Amino acid sequence: MSSEKAPLLEIENLYVDFHGRTRITHAVRGLSLTMGREKIGIVGESGSGKSVTGRAILKLIRPPGVVRAQKLVFDGIDIMSADERTMRGIRGARASMIMQDPKYSLNPVMRVGDQIAEAYVMHKKVSGRQARERTLAMLEAVKIRDPERVCRAYPHELSGGMGQRVMIAMMLIPEPDLLIADEPTSALDVTVSMQILAIMDDLVSQRGMGLLFISHDLNLVASFCDKVVIMYAGRIMEVCEAAKLHEAQHPYTRGLLASLPRIDEARETLEVLKRDPAWLDDGLKEGA
Amino acid sequence: MAAIDVRNLNVVFGSGAERVHAVRDVSFTVAPGETYGLVGESGSGKSTVLRALTGLIPEASGDMRMLGKALTGKRDFAFYRDVQMVFQDPYASLHPRRTVDATLTEPLLIHGIADRAGRAERVLKMLADVGLGPEFRFRYPHQLSGGQRQRVAIARALMLEPRILLLDEPTSALDVSIQAEVLNLLKAIRKERGLTYVLVSHNLAVIAHMCERLAVMNRGRFVEEMTVEELRRGTPREAYTRQLLTASQGYDREKIDQFATFE
Repeated sequence: MSSEKAPLLEIENLYVDFHGRTRITHAVRGLSLTMGREKIGIVGESGSGKSVTGRAILKLIRPPGVVRAQKLVFDGIDIMSADERTMRGIRGARASMIMQDPKYSLNPVMRVGDQIAEAYVMHKKVSGRQARERTLAMLEAVKIRDPERVCRAYPHELSGGMGQRVMIAMMLIPEPDLLIADEPTSALDVTVSMQILAIMDDLVSQRGMGLLFISHDLNLVASFCDKVVIMYAGRIMEVCEAAKLHEAQHPYTRGLLASLPRIDEARETLEVLKRDPAWLDDGLKEGA
Repeated sequence: MAAIDVRNLNVVFGSGAERVHAVRDVSFTVAPGETYGLVGESGSGKSTVLRALTGLIPEASGDMRMLGKALTGKRDFAFYRDVQMVFQDPYASLHPRRTVDATLTEPLLIHGIADRAGRAERVLKMLADVGLGPEFRFRYPHQLSGGQRQRVAIARALMLEPRILLLDEPTSALDVSIQAEVLNLLKAIRKERGLTYVLVSHNLAVIAHMCERLAVMNRGRFVEEMTVEELRRGTPREAYTRQLLTASQGYDREKIDQFATFE
């Protein structure tokens, strides 16, 4: 682990483009972000570039995607110039990502227990038995009732919520320094989702993990994270302290907040977000 | 007369080791013009109640009445003119190879309503009513955004001018800004047409915004029935509901350690 003062992750002017047959889609446009061992939330609607940002950090964007950045440094390692070998040493062990959809992210022909233990055995040089014990303990930690049975199961035998918890267990076992969680709890019931957030929260506060939490749920991010980044159409609209999200200034953030129904307040109609083309003005030209 | 009256509804799937008692002794009534919410976590049986009402679950037993008529076995044509359903996922519930026009015309054809010109007129009027322009009439679902698709699904449900609309998580697949548009549309339509809604959702805020009364479900049972005012005041009677309410109000590290498992 490097010195505590250097930031865990530094991003300067990140661009991700996807080259199609007829046009180029600019998924991320000039994103800059510095994070330490803290919880940062990235919030935005679908298509705002938040997941693509997460993938770019782990160098998981494949052609026809093109990643450009002035700086993309994880704990002193320059990701932009890192080769695949270096990246394999980082992914899973030092930085990992909980993908949104367990259906597409788990290996369908491998037992769940073996999949969870795989990264742990590979990076930590432990025995099979130790890995198995750790796997069972982790499944219990993510509130799976019968870990022995789930270990023996194949992914198609699990519900969406169970699959998501398996993904979370898999990513947390190697105790990474940076965890990118892409909508990790969107398929889970609200009480279970809170319990899983608590596990991640404890890893941040006790082990000094950095957590990049990608979500569309403003209220959740406001109560869970330290800082919130609001994205729209590939750009950062605003960065604010999570506790002060409700004082946010940007009209987009304000619009999103106003469109949420509330438990404690009766309203006849919800406000509908009015999108301003001016939000898209800057960013593209300078980098393109 | 109640719009919907359900007494001792039970749904059991499978038998032996595979037996799942999905809905247990559920009873409730919904007054005409009311919006009634069913809220609960996944597997609580809330969608099963809705599907049992529409006749999609032959295993359902109990006494169900809608608009005064007892519901038994296969529902007849008249039932579907009065009762329609909007499903959760507009990506799955619209036929990918049918245009909006074909999707909206089908219920009219099945029920033998209006001639060709009359049907076209109704489709255009309905598109306008759900906030879509005439240019959407000959589009395919893949040419529409999620919010537009859900508007089409709502339009399809309204084509037969039903009196009761059953809504199964109608906005959970949508972004919050689009959710606001769809919820506003549902509220406006209910007011205009005097409809009765049953709304199923896992989202307490959506239920609180839309409903007058609600039932909290867990493991197939009604945990409690309450008015929206009781929910807003945060004074549920049951511990399960209180925990659900706490979890829905955002992340709070200390409270999470006190969460219990309810059987």
